[in-house]
Amino acid sequence: MAKTIQEINEKIRSGSVVVFTAEEIIDVARKKGVKKAAREVDVVTTGTFSPMCSSGAFFNIKQQKEKMKLGGGWATLNDVPIYAGLAAADVYIGATALPGDDPRNNNYPGKFRYGGAHVIEELVSGKKVLLAGVAYGTDCYPKKKREQWIGLEDMNEAILFNPRNCYQNYNVAVNLSDKPIYTYMGMLKPNLGNANYCSAGQLSPLMNDPLYRSIGIGTRVFLCGTQGYVAWNGTQHNPDLPRLENKTPRAGAGTLTLIGNLKEMDPKWLRAVTYTGYGVSLSVAVGVPIPILDEEMMKFVAVTDAELKAPVVDYSSYYPTGEGEAKLGEVTYAELKSGTIEINGKHLPTGCFSSYSKAREVAEYLKDTIENGDFLLTDSVGSLPGPAIEKEGLS
Amino acid sequence: MKKRKVVLSFPPSKVEEPIIYQLITDYGLKVNILRATIDPGKQGRMVVELSGHNSQLSHGLNFLEGGGVNVEPLAQKIQHLEERCTSCTACVPICPTEALDVNRESWIVSYDAEKCVACLYCVDVCPYKAVEIYLE
Repeated sequence: MAKTIQEINEKIRSGSVVVFTAEEIIDVARKKGVKKAAREVDVVTTGTFSPMCSSGAFFNIKQQKEKMKLGGGWATLNDVPIYAGLAAADVYIGATALPGDDPRNNNYPGKFRYGGAHVIEELVSGKKVLLAGVAYGTDCYPKKKREQWIGLEDMNEAILFNPRNCYQNYNVAVNLSDKPIYTYMGMLKPNLGNANYCSAGQLSPLMNDPLYRSIGIGTRVFLCGTQGYVAWNGTQHNPDLPRLENKTPRAGAGTLTLIGNLKEMDPKWLRAVTYTGYGVSLSVAVGVPIPILDEEMMKFVAVTDAELKAPVVDYSSYYPTGEGEAKLGEVTYAELKSGTIEINGKHLPTGCFSSYSKAREVAEYLKDTIENGDFLLTDSVGSLPGPAIEKEGLS
Repeated sequence: MKKRKVVLSFPPSKVEEPIIYQLITDYGLKVNILRATIDPGKQGRMVVELSGHNSQLSHGLNFLEGGGVNVEPLAQKIQHLEERCTSCTACVPICPTEALDVNRESWIVSYDAEKCVACLYCVDVCPYKAVEIYLE
């Protein structure tokens, strides 16, 4: 019999809810069968911890006695430029922003030691950063220059707002050229010297809800140590990619826009990262609970790494320029996790940028939080765009 | 025959002397250079594997240290900062000796100093800067 979110929340409140992680559920579903498991299990928790470049934070910086209008002016935090095109005190810092004097790739491959993500991580760790602002001055906002060490306590609001997180699936990056290349998928050795991937696979949120049945606008999630929300579909959300029989996409596909209170976040779950030759990014921890409303949901969450596939893409030519073969092959996450994959008859060692052990920790933490009654599930208030073919019922 | 991996730090005054040649010809040591950064007129650093009998090794090392070359065992030269490491495994395929490796059950990355040749590939590859060159 189908359950509702309200019934599951009643069980959470009464302490009788049955929760497994998306990794544990695989065995449960195998042993009990999908039908029985769907009846007995209420929630399955997912998790991921990975660099997600399209991340950043809005700050509303408290005014001093003499007020200043940063909007239309210019401002930095620890020399990292921030966006000041909003109202007087609202600014946005993007994870990949770099200080003006960073040599970038002029000294190839660039080191990218510090950027927007580092500012965000330092603030969340309780440190102060140097705000420098210049404004043109108005009758109502006369102050023209401000230099001040500020922390999260000097902001009325600090909101993590990430336009694209949690890619449903991702490319496996390789290098067909005869030179090493430095990409957002790491350093790729020449002549298919290695293969890098970036997904938590069977633990990844959107791999466990492939058609976005439960994850939608308004879904409450674990975000970097606190409770955040899905604000919208993520940018580049593309549900209409080819899918396997289990409905999971065979490439990137779905994404999420996430929002949460930065003041409540934990530096353990929000970390600045540096890609040599590429730039700075922010690693974000996300966990999404999937309510087991019926048998189909149980089937979805029981998916294993062996049943999830990713495309192998050449980052020396096809990805940057569109020249050459679009896809060198397709591999399962089980193959990727074994440590080697075979492409063009060659065995490539694999490395990952998404931490599976941390993804597991997120899913387990979320499970504990739900069991303890500290996390209630939400009905989404709007759906994410789904695949057209599913809508037409043709698949 | 004994083998020892050491890091040699040359003061500027020694950088232009053929010290490795002397180790081979005067002390009979086999020298395998694993990594070298030497700028004329500046400090130089070299990671080498020395093989020879006990006495050859000790005389060779005395010659180096007596001449102002700082000698240290290799293992101290890379530090795996576990509190910074997230076990993402970006370093694993890059490490040529499996000094950095992942347990495929726990998915925790660990570092084995014995296997490390201080090639320093991991230092550039680690997104979390969890591998550092150890500087005393």
